[in-house]
Amino acid sequence: MKPAPFAYERPRDLDAALSMLAASNGSAKIIAGGQSLGPMLNLRLVQPELIIDISGLTELKRADVSGGELVLGALVTHADIEDGRTADVTRGAMRAVAANIAYRAVRNRGTIGGSLSHADPAADWISALAALGARMTLRSCAGARTMTIEAFVVGALESALQAGEIVESIHVPTRSASAHWGYAKSCRKTGEFAHAIGAVLIDPAAATARVVIGAIDTAPIVLTDAAGLFGGRIAADYKERFDAGIADAVLAKAGIDDVVQRHIHVGVLKRAVQEAAA
Amino acid sequence: MKEGADVRSEREFPSGQSGQGVGARLPRKEDDRLMRGRGQYVADIRLAGLQDVAFVRSPQAHARICGIHVPERHRGSVFTAADLVGIKPIRAVSGLPGFKISEQPVLATGKVRQVGELVAMCVAPTRAEAEDIAASVTLDLEELPAITDMLKAREPASALVHEHWGDNVFLETNYEVDISAALDAPIKVTREISTARQCMSPLEGRGVVATFDRRLDQLTLHSAAQMPHITRSGLAECLGMEEGQIRVISPDVGGGFGHKGILLPEEVCLSWLTMQRGHPVRWIEDRREHLVASSNCREHHYRITLYADRDGTLRGIDCEATVDSGAYSSYPFSACLEAAQVASILPGPYKMPAYRCRTFSVATNKCPILPYRGVARTGVCFALELMLDLVAAEAGLEPGEVRLRNLVLPEQMPFDNITKKHFDSGDYPEAMRRALAAVDIDAIRAKQGRGEADGRRIGVGVSIYCEQAAHGTSVYSGWGIPMVPGHEQASARLTPDGGLELRVGVHSHGQGMETTLAQVAHEMLGIDVAKIRIILGDTAMTPYSTGTWGSRSMVMAGGAVATACRELGERARRIGAKLLQHDPASVVLQNGEVRGVNGSVSLKTIAHTWYRRPQDLPADVDPGGLEVTQGYKPVRDSGTFSYAAHAAVVAVDPDLGEVEILDYVIVEDGGVLVNPLVVDGQIYGGLAQGIGTALYEEMPFDASGQPLATTLADYLLPGATEVPAARLDHMETPSPYTQFGVKGIGEGGAIAPPAAIANAVNDALRPLGVELMQSPITPHRVVAAVLAARATERSAA
Repeated sequence: MKPAPFAYERPRDLDAALSMLAASNGSAKIIAGGQSLGPMLNLRLVQPELIIDISGLTELKRADVSGGELVLGALVTHADIEDGRTADVTRGAMRAVAANIAYRAVRNRGTIGGSLSHADPAADWISALAALGARMTLRSCAGARTMTIEAFVVGALESALQAGEIVESIHVPTRSASAHWGYAKSCRKTGEFAHAIGAVLIDPAAATARVVIGAIDTAPIVLTDAAGLFGGRIAADYKERFDAGIADAVLAKAGIDDVVQRHIHVGVLKRAVQEAAA
Repeated sequence: MKEGADVRSEREFPSGQSGQGVGARLPRKEDDRLMRGRGQYVADIRLAGLQDVAFVRSPQAHARICGIHVPERHRGSVFTAADLVGIKPIRAVSGLPGFKISEQPVLATGKVRQVGELVAMCVAPTRAEAEDIAASVTLDLEELPAITDMLKAREPASALVHEHWGDNVFLETNYEVDISAALDAPIKVTREISTARQCMSPLEGRGVVATFDRRLDQLTLHSAAQMPHITRSGLAECLGMEEGQIRVISPDVGGGFGHKGILLPEEVCLSWLTMQRGHPVRWIEDRREHLVASSNCREHHYRITLYADRDGTLRGIDCEATVDSGAYSSYPFSACLEAAQVASILPGPYKMPAYRCRTFSVATNKCPILPYRGVARTGVCFALELMLDLVAAEAGLEPGEVRLRNLVLPEQMPFDNITKKHFDSGDYPEAMRRALAAVDIDAIRAKQGRGEADGRRIGVGVSIYCEQAAHGTSVYSGWGIPMVPGHEQASARLTPDGGLELRVGVHSHGQGMETTLAQVAHEMLGIDVAKIRIILGDTAMTPYSTGTWGSRSMVMAGGAVATACRELGERARRIGAKLLQHDPASVVLQNGEVRGVNGSVSLKTIAHTWYRRPQDLPADVDPGGLEVTQGYKPVRDSGTFSYAAHAAVVAVDPDLGEVEILDYVIVEDGGVLVNPLVVDGQIYGGLAQGIGTALYEEMPFDASGQPLATTLADYLLPGATEVPAARLDHMETPSPYTQFGVKGIGEGGAIAPPAAIANAVNDALRPLGVELMQSPITPHRVVAAVLAARATERSAA
């Protein structure tokens, strides 16, 4: 369990990092906290020629509120969010998610941008941030582009990142005062990856609901208009109107054949709905 | 505890008043080193010129080797079976009739029979470079059908792991006592029960540093090993060397559990390599090697029937047990110890008039199965205790009541059970009664009646077992395996400054023996435990011993230390009498002094005089000196029987399949406890492993024999948050056969939890028609069973 040989660079600024990335022609890997890439290197599951360590890029450590949204640099750690060192526009939703990612040792080093880039279906941010309606900015030497989380995550360990691109920032919209947030996951043990995640952002006043079913074998199922799960409309009684049968059908349609897995996913989603609160 | 107090007051030993002797709750001496990260493990050893080894391992479970291709640039750094001229395969033969022999080549020849089997050895200045070389070696393998299902492997049409056998059965055994007498019993319950294949997971994996000393003409093998003397014998056989040419040193060891009792092909390979290359070589097992290729255990299957009367009285057990033994017979315990033991220990501490058990040790294309803490007992306890709950349900009785009706009674001790196991002492029903009272079974039943607001279901489960420990010559000679324990020896040497050095052939890898053996010596001699050093883990410095396994060390090495110290004390007493100018008959050894009517002389002065001022000794002093080696065996060597009743209270979420342990009680009887604090630690650690068996640990394989849990992300172990703050209660019934009345307790904690937890889960879910008969109890298995029960109910309605 030792990595194959690789070259290592630690650029001082984002432009330098992007230049190295462009020059590598796809043979480089970016490392930030290294909580997933480290083991993958040691297991020789990835054998890049070059590792670009971006942990020195101060541009990517910002956390500001501007224009009604929170902008988090890709290097913000889970622990930064858990401990409240970053501003919060989600009324505690992100802090609670961060506090339950893996173990504290992982949260100390693991970054939000790294977690999204890795696109592990069982990780928390790709589901939680999709439910919160977040977007991300990707940057390369050619420029920047912005997309939703659900557009970014293409499949299991597959993202929309193209060669030469890195995740620069995450934009989290302010959660409205009337929006209910619920997040539940089931893990075999404390700190392990979840085998089922349910995330809901339901605003009875606005009659809107975003629902995410995560930790499936592929990209999370993101329902930006989830009224169908609640009898066709979102209102104050949404908890009673949650329709487990429809949720099961959504999972079946997404290709989850195992009835037991579907049952657990529906159960976890139901728990997120039941626990949702303003 | 009353019995314990009686025993102590009757002791002949003079030094128990200081708070350091037998029974003292002394913090562990070794923790000062171990808890500060100052231990020295194999991976910490640095030798000049050391190079690292990585292995090319088989990527397939069963294949014919058609070629091994080493790139030109790495010739000379890569070695295959063809290079290992004169090295013999590992052979662990059992003398039981019908046992079929497997030979495990240390590097594969002809075929590979498991994923991870060693094919080639690569050496380089660092492990990373050695892995680069290993990655450059390509294998030309012709895939053969993988044998992964032990029940199918028993069928005549199965492909064969070892072709010349003609079948895949290492050994079949049959044991019967009049099963026909049970057949008319009004209650008859039959089930299939299974326990998953697991990987025992000490914090430290295996590791080897080998070097050769030309001056001494001696190979030194540093190895994370629990049984260094047995390792030496095995190495000598494989390498064709004299035992005196080999020294095995096992430094600090981070947990053994059975895994580190096994002679490894890696140990043989590195021994050969260092002698070839003339420089030290090292291999440190990584966690992937550990999971994939090395430490498998526990995979049992039972077809079992219990017969009982309407009042829950057991009439008999009929069982067919199969154990997946993997590809090879491991040295020294062999491939059949696990399954063959099942037949002898399945009846546990219960009375019954009829019994039949047939066992199969089956070869498959998986790692050899190794004896893991509890060995066969964990599976046996799981099978029997789950079945007893079904008898209780049939009889309409509380599960605890069925146990009380069938357990051996204290007035029957000593007791020979139906398989002729000789129970030395104990009050099993009392342990069960205390456990039931501690969890407040009546309150739980009332709570179950009310239901839970969160939709979870509460359940309570019990289990009880007996742990035969320190069983010796009379038991192991019957198995005919390469290792039969005899008398255990210890050396005791008084140092010139009045300290004590003890040399023992057992090893300590978490058991706290540097403390407990010092307590034994203190009990005998009154020397402060701070001045007692325990020397272990080195064949050059310790008496021969089969080592630490089978919960034997406290009984055997403790007994040997006491015996050696008794003789040492006697010699010191005679010298002391000379110095006091007393008749030896008129002086006693007490609290570290030889006392007579007119004065006393300390052991320190006696030692100083003996070694440094012999001119002060009279001419007729006994020349024997202050260093003795003595041997010990209990009065009977059929083993001590410790036992415990476990009770678990769980909450189960039927929709998510999550199980939470709400309460856990252990009432255990380990005879006289040398150090209750250390015993508590042993029990907590075993409980954690038992919880792993119950709820988390599983090594699944696909149809081609690929192990699927190759990292700790997939092989789940319980962590601190998964282990509850268990409540312990001790009984202390002395063994009539051992020094101080001690019993072995090293394994018990890991035996009973899977049964207690499974019974609790089944108790919680029984009203839903759910029954789980397989470990581990995963969320997926729970929900699958709940959904199946609902479907059955719907179709019935």
